[in-house]
Amino acid sequence: MDTCIQKIRELAADLLERGEVEKVIGFAQGTIPMATSPISVGTKQGVDNLVFNSTCGLNLANFASRQKGKIAIIAKGCDCRNIVTHIVENQLQRDQVYIIGVPCNGMVNKFKIAALFEDEITGFAEDGDTLTVSSSSQTKTLKKQEYLRENCLLCTHKNPVLYDVLAGDLVKEQVLENAFPDVDKIEAMDVDGRWQYFKRLTQNCIRCYACRNACPICYCPTCFVDEAGPQWVGKGQNKTDVDTFHFLRAFHCAGRCTDCGACVEACPMGINVRDFTRKLNKDALELFGWEAGLDISKRPPLDAYSPQDPDDFIK
Amino acid sequence: MGNLLEHMGVERDRVHFSWISSAEATKFVDVVKEISEKVRALGPNKKFVKDYN
Ligand code: SF4
Ligand code: SF4
Repeated sequence: MDTCIQKIRELAADLLERGEVEKVIGFAQGTIPMATSPISVGTKQGVDNLVFNSTCGLNLANFASRQKGKIAIIAKGCDCRNIVTHIVENQLQRDQVYIIGVPCNGMVNKFKIAALFEDEITGFAEDGDTLTVSSSSQTKTLKKQEYLRENCLLCTHKNPVLYDVLAGDLVKEQVLENAFPDVDKIEAMDVDGRWQYFKRLTQNCIRCYACRNACPICYCPTCFVDEAGPQWVGKGQNKTDVDTFHFLRAFHCAGRCTDCGACVEACPMGINVRDFTRKLNKDALELFGWEAGLDISKRPPLDAYSPQDPDDFIK
Repeated sequence: MGNLLEHMGVERDRVHFSWISSAEATKFVDVVKEISEKVRALGPNKKFVKDYN
């Protein structure tokens, strides 16, 4: 078995046995191939359900706060950054969470793999950088590197930034020449081209809100889209209402998004929800030198004032 | 905010930001004039309009 999974199980069993934590939040194998789901393990016997592989694309920081007692959490680079964000935003105290950091080699793009097959995928296995995916009619051997999610290809914080223990060896971080090629592509379009781009992007959105629910920074007790008095936005499939949801959610993520890709991972319609937040991340970096979730002692740019803040937009 | 709106295809001159004290009447007039001119130059907004029919 994978040494990382072995290590995760050992650490979890030990923490539970010693009573250091009430439960361990991690990933369990899903009911279909190429899927994992979050799981909360409270007993030593339960730790055998914990797994870790390249289909663990959801972000467990979502479950870090609002828990009773101390918890342990399995955290990839991006999950860690969101735990840091929760601590910075006072949703969680550092001593309420025990972080089992997992240096990450990226998660796979399930839509891209599924598109290779005409029939349903019935098997998925991985060994290092090799994926073996099968359906009832064929088996394919794929290179994981070629099927990574777009956000993982652009990730420069694969190693956990804050942890109590590591479940694997640190990995090499990549240095990117251009961290925002996708944003540049959209920026190169003219104003109507961009409008059309985002119009097409959300045209299949069914407003299931899976993207928001998967998002660790979308923790408002009542989201603005669910509020009824006042009702900020229409509830139906009206195009302007759909766009209002996406635009506003994006603004709520300004300076907070870690580009973990959980929104895209959760979307049943294959919408690249990140296209909205990516621009904000680029601005946060260029205007404020800020990347979210790297340091629990730093205040986010929208929460702190500095006379040096850029202000050329205001008259 | 202006940056993301522009990124999503809303014209830069459509949305304006200003900070005007209640004592700054002339600044208010100047800003409103400037905004009116810029928005008039863009013409009626066709994006992000809700059709109630
Ligand atoms: S964004 Fe980085 S840390 Fe997160 S899953 Fe992808 S490679 Fe791993
Ligand atoms: S998960 Fe996808 S379909 Fe559902 S609301 Fe978000 S973007 Fe729309």
